[in-house]
Amino acid sequence: MIEGRSKAFWFLAIFFGLYVLFLYGPMIAIYILSFQGPQGGLTFPMNGVSLTWFAKLWQGNGIIDIGTAFSRSLGLGVTVMVLTVVISVSAGMAFRRRFAGQALLFYVAIASLIVPSLITSLGIALEFRLLDDYIINHFGSWGMQDIADNWETAMGLYTSGLGAHLTWTLPFGLLIMFAIFNRFDPRLEEAARDLGATPWQTFRHVVLPIIAPSVVGIGLFGFTLSWDELARSSQAIGPVNTLPLDLQGLTTTVTQPDIYALGTVISVVSFTVIFLAVLMIRILQRRQAAQGSDAGQGMV
Amino acid sequence: MQETSGRSTFIAWLQAGPLALVFLAFFVLPLVFVVIVSFWDYNDYQMLPVLSGRGYTDSFEGCLAELPGLCTIARTYLQTLKFCAIVWAATLVIGFTVAYFLAFEVKSKEWQIILSLICTIPFWTSNVIRMIAWIPLLGRNGLVNSFLLAIGAIDEPLDWLLYSQFSVILALVHLFTFFMVVPIFNSMIRIDRSLIEAAYDAGATGWQTLWNVIVPLCKPGIVIGSIFVITIVMGDFVTVGVMGGQQIASAGKIIQTRLDALQFPAAAANAVILLGVTFLIIAALTKLVDIRKEL
Repeated sequence: MIEGRSKAFWFLAIFFGLYVLFLYGPMIAIYILSFQGPQGGLTFPMNGVSLTWFAKLWQGNGIIDIGTAFSRSLGLGVTVMVLTVVISVSAGMAFRRRFAGQALLFYVAIASLIVPSLITSLGIALEFRLLDDYIINHFGSWGMQDIADNWETAMGLYTSGLGAHLTWTLPFGLLIMFAIFNRFDPRLEEAARDLGATPWQTFRHVVLPIIAPSVVGIGLFGFTLSWDELARSSQAIGPVNTLPLDLQGLTTTVTQPDIYALGTVISVVSFTVIFLAVLMIRILQRRQAAQGSDAGQGMV
Repeated sequence: MQETSGRSTFIAWLQAGPLALVFLAFFVLPLVFVVIVSFWDYNDYQMLPVLSGRGYTDSFEGCLAELPGLCTIARTYLQTLKFCAIVWAATLVIGFTVAYFLAFEVKSKEWQIILSLICTIPFWTSNVIRMIAWIPLLGRNGLVNSFLLAIGAIDEPLDWLLYSQFSVILALVHLFTFFMVVPIFNSMIRIDRSLIEAAYDAGATGWQTLWNVIVPLCKPGIVIGSIFVITIVMGDFVTVGVMGGQQIASAGKIIQTRLDALQFPAAAANAVILLGVTFLIIAALTKLVDIRKEL
């Protein structure tokens, strides 16, 4: 039996290795190719090594304004991250109680995860178009003719765009909160309450430090999912484009490695955020391990 | 007692309020508007708030006339369902195997975390980048063609590697196997190890244990993963667009085409049709599992 298992182990280990290669191989190929020489093309071999395509990207090739789209996506990503953390943690606390409408809210969150993104995006676009029409047609009769005359659209990065991204990040945040509280020992809170802590003190000094590593994880999902979001943004982002939308636009006219350079730049941000988040989680966990329980280390 | 529970519900709703509001404003209401607008009329440049079935009749245009042949929408949905079936089967086999390795063969907790992280990191990076990453490999002058030419397996480069149904399916599997791995892994680590030992002790072979003990216990994970993958593929328009060179039709792309033409009611009608079909598949899937549970 031991022999059989070990054969299975090696088969599965090789399978896993190939899967990882399948996951990362293509990505690594374009990171390398983004350093293609000035005469180089979209495929191997490398024709020298240079930063030509990054420079070209930085100057802007007339098609898109990378700098603006970059800061736009970054700002939206950070906003989505903060809101996802706050709203998910708060709702996660709510779901530890029983309350009317609980099941309905949960199913809505799950539905938001699985209803095709394009449909959600289309719905938000329709909602805002109808809102615009309403303002333009009715605000005049309410004595706000100025607003009605100059109205363009309520759609925008931080209205419809933000909402669209939250419908994608919040279900993940909520599911992570469920996972945390499934393993959470409520006696810790009872102890805090018995010692006279207010509900806020209990949360701030007992619950939050314990769930902190996972909360960082929620933030990681919030930022990265927003940073790369495309399908939900497609109809709901309003007049301006985010970085992924620009990148997708480039794919239809792709002839030069500058698209790889853009891909590399976007990925550097993703990997930096992932690295920082994982580092933070490790530090928080280590601190917990050091300061946490002193059980069994008593007066021996 | 009554009062405490009322107060508890009130606090819970305060805490869950922001979440509920976001979903109400940006998910529930938008879906309602999709359904309403799908029954509106439209002309070349705007939607007209008049009750009309035109969004639907335009979508199914020619479906009766062309019988027994298939009309455009039927062909497109068949094509999308084909993508769904292939991608589902591939992600299920790969996802199950990867999850099995992580859950049962990797013994140290530390390694389990590291390897899971390796599987998750690509999910946190851009899908479009992971699509264009196939160009240097599958293109006419890509690595695969160069290699096949070099070993003499082919005389001229294969054209069907990129911007084809093959590349669409490959990219979908590449992007979304993760959605299968996570729920199945989740089911697997909850399986009581003594059940597996019991199966071995009772004389079951490795395959028998896998098929009669592990797979049934993983069913919830498999169903959840399948729902994710199927709904993603049904509604996809980005992958089909980029990897199909904007030449391949799909259920999602119909909606996008209508939107590009500013025919919002027609787009909404197609969204309702897509939602309906997706919902039917999910319902069938969950029923399938329940029936097997009864047996």
